Amino acid sequence: MAHREAHAHGLDPELPLITTTVEWIVQWARRSAIWPVQFGLACCAIEMMATAASRYDIARFGAEVFRGSPRQSDLMIVAGRLSRKMAPAMRRVYDQMPEPKWVISMGACASIGGVFDNYAIVQGVDQVVPVDVFVPGCPPRPESLIYGIVQLQQKIARSRA
Amino acid sequence: MDSAAIIDRLTGVVPGGAYEAGASIDFATLYVPADRLVETCRALRDTPSLRFNVLVEVTTADYLPRDPRFEVVYHLLSIPNRLRLRLKVRVGAAGSLPTIQAVWPSAGWLEREVWDMFGIVFDDHPDLRRLLMPEDWEGHPQRKDYPVQIRKAAQTYEPLEISEEEFKANLERDRIRRTH
Amino acid sequence: MAELRTETMTVNMGPQHPSTHGVLRLVLELDGEVITSARPTIGYLHTGIEKTAEQKKWQQVVPLVERMDYLAAQSNSLAYVLSVEKLLGLEMPQRVRDIRVLIAELQRIASHLIWLGTHAMEIGAVSMLFYAIRERELLLNINELLAGFRFFPSYFRIGGLREDLPRGFHEAVSAFLDRFPKKVDEYEALLSKNDIFMRRTQGVGVISHDEALAWGLLGPIARASGSDYDVRKYFPYCGYETYDFSVPTATEGDVYARYRVRMRELRESVRISRQAITRIPPAGAWACGDPRVVPPPKDKVYTEMEALIQHFLIYSQGFTVPAGDAYVPVEGPRGEHGVYVVSDGTNRPWRIKMRAPSFMAIQALPKLVEGGLIADVVAVIGSTDVVMGDCDR
Repeated sequence: MAHREAHAHGLDPELPLITTTVEWIVQWARRSAIWPVQFGLACCAIEMMATAASRYDIARFGAEVFRGSPRQSDLMIVAGRLSRKMAPAMRRVYDQMPEPKWVISMGACASIGGVFDNYAIVQGVDQVVPVDVFVPGCPPRPESLIYGIVQLQQKIARSRA
Repeated sequence: MDSAAIIDRLTGVVPGGAYEAGASIDFATLYVPADRLVETCRALRDTPSLRFNVLVEVTTADYLPRDPRFEVVYHLLSIPNRLRLRLKVRVGAAGSLPTIQAVWPSAGWLEREVWDMFGIVFDDHPDLRRLLMPEDWEGHPQRKDYPVQIRKAAQTYEPLEISEEEFKANLERDRIRRTH
Repeated sequence: MAELRTETMTVNMGPQHPSTHGVLRLVLELDGEVITSARPTIGYLHTGIEKTAEQKKWQQVVPLVERMDYLAAQSNSLAYVLSVEKLLGLEMPQRVRDIRVLIAELQRIASHLIWLGTHAMEIGAVSMLFYAIRERELLLNINELLAGFRFFPSYFRIGGLREDLPRGFHEAVSAFLDRFPKKVDEYEALLSKNDIFMRRTQGVGVISHDEALAWGLLGPIARASGSDYDVRKYFPYCGYETYDFSVPTATEGDVYARYRVRMRELRESVRISRQAITRIPPAGAWACGDPRVVPPPKDKVYTEMEALIQHFLIYSQGFTVPAGDAYVPVEGPRGEHGVYVVSDGTNRPWRIKMRAPSFMAIQALPKLVEGGLIADVVAVIGSTDVVMGDCDR
């Protein structure tokens, strides 16, 4: 039974039963309560606020509070265009987050530079922080962002604790 | 009130100003020589029939192959008289302009942005440093000979603002202060 | 006895902060809780929109300009489109002007709703954000009817609008306008007489009328200090002189006065929108007739050769705009903004510069904040309604 469960969640089936189940529970806990840090930069931040509001409630997916401090959060949703001046500040916020941490790059500007291919915008935040999920759109609809968060939850379920 | 009427009023108040009316389709436009800029602005603000009490914008256009290269544009607004005015000053690549911050305090950051983006120096500006670009940026991005796209890696660290010797000296000083 | 050390404490309200409305950095020097100096640093959202726009054709600049002040997106594109139409010398039919007025006023309501929600949330009334976004979702549904896109419909184009109004537009807008005034009453019932809100906002961040004008603050900030300057009344555009509305003002110049001015502006916007929606016939002209600038309707493009050629020319090489410069200001939710457009006669802009009201507000922020308490900084920033995209462009 351990092997079947382990396969179903993509975990290494050679692990013994207890550790696999514990790992599964730990990953379930982590993905069910991902708390983002407030890192809204530009227009996507307003869509992020709309996602957190009552119509597309993101709290049903675990993101109950948007913490103000990076030291108390798990997820950084980079919402908006990252300018070159802001890149060191963003790296510092990312470094202050404790492990385990994930990054969702929300919007076209965060993923690849978006409409702004010029001197002032970093062409993709994955030049600065490692990104787990890219959500395209300009700005992405709240449903897209929620889909991105669900994908992240599935990614956490598949990975090792 | 069109450009000619404004020039008439100004030449009465500001001696030696050589104004020319500029072509425009929306509101009056004047070309002002750089050395008469501050007195002109003061006259525009204080003359009762003009009363331009708000500086709306300071901006620049770079007409590169032409010399003088830049044209600094000031948009003024007179709320009591319902007038708008555009002042233009021609500046060369190495030229500089006096600051009009003493006339309208809102000029402070507007001129700083012009310096940051175009490299036009404003004399006597109390705080002329980078506003929109990072502080150690080189080049003036909105000039026509600056590339739009640059392929440069993002800088992800901020340089330390204190040298190692200073840091050690501070530690030593605090240690001495604590133990004596 | 050891001497009491009194020195000021330097606190950094960094670019990442929940209450700075975006990426604004404030370095505050505090003497206890009183602020002795505040130095703002901007530029963390500088996007180079103006330089990028010089590479695009005239009609391609509309989406770029919309993303500058992302809460008042359609106001930005209206300002740009009016300036270019001034250079081209185009006159819009009455129906286009009325639609532009209606959408500009709805955009003002949407922007003020976010202002209200975030301002109240930062002061402590967290639930206001949810109420405000609930109403704003209805407005975003209307945007979606126009272009399928919630935020930046790019509906205003040079030469008119993108296409005719969709079916169901009038019903959606009328339903919203019938529902909204009761909601404004609800918001005021929550906040206007709320003792905590009043004590946190009255007497805070005061600026006088002359100082506001000297620092270039036009819009609700100046109107809360006693000015009655409103671009819609002083330099009317799009036919605003034919609408019946008043401009709310106040005299105290503090945060509470700005709150009251903006709440009354919400009601005035509803009034203007009601007048506009009754004037707009459901179908009719949606652009001026100039064939160089306005693409033909799609069914003609598929059937007629001339229309196909015209469509192709407009979208591939664009149209040229006569050389010159123009600046047509509009009254945005934050104050006067406009786009100074310089053309050299080709199919790309030579220079565009957007006048940013939030830029002037942040420049004046030390004036509003110094001498006050640190807890008031958040209230003041909220009341100036700054959007960093607007400030940094």
